[in-house]
Amino acid sequence: MATDVQAVPRSAVPTLVIEPSKGWVRLGLRELWRYRELLYFLTWKSILIQYKQAVLGVAWAVLNPVLTMIVFTVIFNRILHVGTGNYDVAYPVFVYAGLLPWNLFSGSLSSAGTSLVGNANLITKVYFPRLVIPGSAVLGNVPNFLISFVVLVVLMAGFRVVPTWNVVFLPFFTLLALLTAMGVSLWLSALYVLYRDVQYIIPFLVQIWMYVSPVMYPTSKIPKGWPSVVFSLNPMTGVVGGFRWALFGEQAPNSLFWVSAFMVLVLFVSGLYYFRRMERVFADLV
Amino acid sequence: MSTAISISGLGKRYMIGAAQQRADTLRDAITNVASAPFRRLRHAGSSTGRVSFMWALRDVSFDIEAGQVIGIIGRNGAGKSTLLKVLTRITEPTTGRVEIQGRVGSLLEVGTGFHQELSGRENIYLNGAILGMTRSEIGRKFDDIVEFSEIAEFLDTPVKRYSTGMYVRLAFAVAAHLDPEILLVDEVLSVGDLGFQRKCLGQMGQIAGSGRTVVLVSHNMGAVRGLCTRVVEIEDGHPVADGPAEQIVSDYVAKQLATSGSALHLPRPLGKGDELLITAVRVLDEDGKSEGVFHSSRPTTIEVDVDIARTNPAYQVGFDLLSGDGLVFRTWHTDGTPDDWPQLKVGRNTLRCVIPAGMLNEGSYAVAPRAGVYRRYWIVNGDEAIWFDVVKDHFESPFSWIKHPGPVAPLLDWRLANGDASDVEPWPATGGDVTAPSPPR
Repeated sequence: MATDVQAVPRSAVPTLVIEPSKGWVRLGLRELWRYRELLYFLTWKSILIQYKQAVLGVAWAVLNPVLTMIVFTVIFNRILHVGTGNYDVAYPVFVYAGLLPWNLFSGSLSSAGTSLVGNANLITKVYFPRLVIPGSAVLGNVPNFLISFVVLVVLMAGFRVVPTWNVVFLPFFTLLALLTAMGVSLWLSALYVLYRDVQYIIPFLVQIWMYVSPVMYPTSKIPKGWPSVVFSLNPMTGVVGGFRWALFGEQAPNSLFWVSAFMVLVLFVSGLYYFRRMERVFADLV
Repeated sequence: MSTAISISGLGKRYMIGAAQQRADTLRDAITNVASAPFRRLRHAGSSTGRVSFMWALRDVSFDIEAGQVIGIIGRNGAGKSTLLKVLTRITEPTTGRVEIQGRVGSLLEVGTGFHQELSGRENIYLNGAILGMTRSEIGRKFDDIVEFSEIAEFLDTPVKRYSTGMYVRLAFAVAAHLDPEILLVDEVLSVGDLGFQRKCLGQMGQIAGSGRTVVLVSHNMGAVRGLCTRVVEIEDGHPVADGPAEQIVSDYVAKQLATSGSALHLPRPLGKGDELLITAVRVLDEDGKSEGVFHSSRPTTIEVDVDIARTNPAYQVGFDLLSGDGLVFRTWHTDGTPDDWPQLKVGRNTLRCVIPAGMLNEGSYAVAPRAGVYRRYWIVNGDEAIWFDVVKDHFESPFSWIKHPGPVAPLLDWRLANGDASDVEPWPATGGDVTAPSPPR
């Protein structure tokens, strides 16, 4: 090796200036783009590790939503008589379609929220845009989502549910779920560096958040008027509702959906800025 | 020659309270936020009244020419590593400015980001990407990396099954293929035993001879002297010497001798109120010399000079031996049975204690003298210390590639407990090539 170490040609790399940053920082998206391969590799790593360390590996991506679906169907549908509202589909399909974006969101939150502290050894030893860490943790949940999605297709076929043409919007709502997850994860992961309480908050937050999102009940159950406005402040209300609309064609996105979508944007952009602003102290505190 | 790195007025301030603050609960943050909305969130760590500051770097200014191989030396905690962390952009400076011209690669650790569950092949890609290589670059260098690491047959084995030696070889193989114009290296050379250092030195020599700018932070004066053309010495976060490597290193070593060998000198005479005074502490090698570096294969002697005004059977004189991680042990002249205690006389006493050979590990140790009246009070409270550096050379296993963890590295006797002792062959067999054992599949 190392025989290939020759005189290094002077590249036309612009001068790098290191200075204390002041005020609100730039997002540094160009730099992020330069580190896209690292994002790719870290995502790849998190996927590999998920499946290598678990005995059942990929099976979890199927077992988790299917078992949850069964339990929810028994408890909410059979015992508590929660229906599917306007949706003309069986409750198992209805709840599974809600669990898909929900699990993508909650799984991302759990892995990305603690990702900075979990990667402290990287942060204190190498420079790269720190956004790559929660970013790869969120993206690492996508394969699970895709596998669970295949189960949904099987489930819909089994229950003779024919998707509408709205299904072309499904990627949009998936992206919205990812953006929501990323926005919340940016806040949580940065706060976790400063306050270790966050590790106790995440499971709690995920649990509470699920109850206030229309996963096991339809949005039509939410009383009209101000309660529905309050519920729409939850980005996941829009994401789950939109997901079901894309699949089953009922309850097209209304103005309340756009409130949710706006909240996604607020969470994401504010998270991005807060994260970038705190980035400078990560290596000192983590 | 153009300037590769230009540092001007660089300073880095740490908050001492920051560690405490991190452990604080959200409750404080919430009350703070309530009283001054978002102030705490925006200036995290700066709004708790009781934080104090420590300047790890202050007013550092110097230029590094392109192609120069520069060594940064100084005691532990002098600020060398902080300087490197600022140059590598891991942490932000508090004041000043650095301009860097050229592609930067940094190596603060070998094997950063290695994952135990992943195979050697997977880790090469992952670690390469973390060090800043592109996928195509890693693909191109992959075969070279594997060849250099000598672990080709275990490429698809998870690295958790690797021996330490294999692990480090693989990690270093990736790092050695980093190809930046400016290379920033921290202490990588000091993690290994002599063999590993030699291998690193060979590698670094090639890098250094290639017109590349190298900034090397090291405790290893031999490496610094051999590789660097210029050396900057840092003390208390500030450069105190800058010049040709040979000169700066020998000045530094000479200063170490003065401050480390017989460092703790309190030439104050015994005053009126004093009952006991430690006037000097010396760290000596076998020949009674206080050299810069001590060898673990040889005994190290600690001498403490104590002046006492009147005898008191309750006096205890001793020292704490500290490593970077904390207390290694404390010893008293009154340890052992009373018959063996050295009796202190009025006037000057020189107490001697020998740390046996084959005990200390590689690294820096501190001797902090203590004296007191048993169960009553301290007279000397161990708050002053002298440092000495130890090179571990009392054993050199072919598998000891990296520094043994822990403050001591005793060479203990290993035998096979089952079976006939006469069956036990000394291993590795003398003469033959030593190869790593096959990892279990």
